[in-house]
Amino acid sequence: MVSKAGTRTIADGIKAGLPFMLPTLAIGMSFGVLAEPVMGAVAAIAMSFLVFAGAAQFASVGILAAGGSLASAVSAGLLINSRFLPMGLAVAPALRGGPVRRAVESQAMVDASWALANRGDGTFDREVMLGATIPQAICWWGGTAIGVLAGSLLGNPETLGLDAIFPAFYLALLAEEMRDRAALSSALLGAAIALCLVPFAPPGIPVVAASAAALLGLRARRS
Amino acid sequence: MTVAWITVALLTAGTVAIKAAGPVALGGRELPPQLAGVVARLAPSLLAALVVVDTFGGDRALVIDETAIGLVAAAGALVARLPMFAVVVIAAVATATARALG
Repeated sequence: MVSKAGTRTIADGIKAGLPFMLPTLAIGMSFGVLAEPVMGAVAAIAMSFLVFAGAAQFASVGILAAGGSLASAVSAGLLINSRFLPMGLAVAPALRGGPVRRAVESQAMVDASWALANRGDGTFDREVMLGATIPQAICWWGGTAIGVLAGSLLGNPETLGLDAIFPAFYLALLAEEMRDRAALSSALLGAAIALCLVPFAPPGIPVVAASAAALLGLRARRS
Repeated sequence: MTVAWITVALLTAGTVAIKAAGPVALGGRELPPQLAGVVARLAPSLLAALVVVDTFGGDRALVIDETAIGLVAAAGALVARLPMFAVVVIAAVATATARALG
């Protein structure tokens, strides 16, 4: 099939995802190091393979490590992943096929690939999202395995400053979104909403609530 | 099954459902055009929130620690248009150094 000029392909998505391989590998390694003593090698690697959502995995494992209950570990992870609800609605029109295929394609949605697929005009690029997820998956799974297996050699991820890579990774993705004033104002409002809620709301809620900052876009349409 | 495996199973099932919910519920329908501006602003809103929560979010409290130094260093590297691997290394080294000195 010949693609139209300007149409982006899965290969373009893979290419867009390449710069984010190193941070994902490093964050995956940190997760492996932290998760292995808490849940065992196989469960830690299985979690990265199956759940495939870093922030939620860190939260759940952190709660188990601190002696928290199963229910609180699961609910914290799910609250953190609740951002995938608005993200899924946003990307939905770009996906294809019937309900089963849509459900399968939606599993490729991770923060980096979803953000890279954002065209900035209210639409998303399906091929870029599917493509950009491939290097993310390789590094997340591989990084977790390295962290699990070589944890004793790597030492404490915090001593190495690896915990600073997660916010730096999101900041780099955010930098790519800074196309215009609208993006800047949404980012500032989103950050403000999240910071205000951190002291009062359970983990996960501050981030999903920040999606309300996008409602600024309604006002823009009226003019 | 151990607690770890039950956590993995439940978290997997829930995450799959959350990710699939929007695309399955909407089917092939387009979003109303009034929402285009909202959808366009969703990524910067959520990513900015993830940045600040990962940096300053503690256990129901705002915390300023060495991670903030890493974030400032990363921002500087991004402004200088350094390649991504440099941004990551600089963030980690800045945080690790601040911790070692602190």
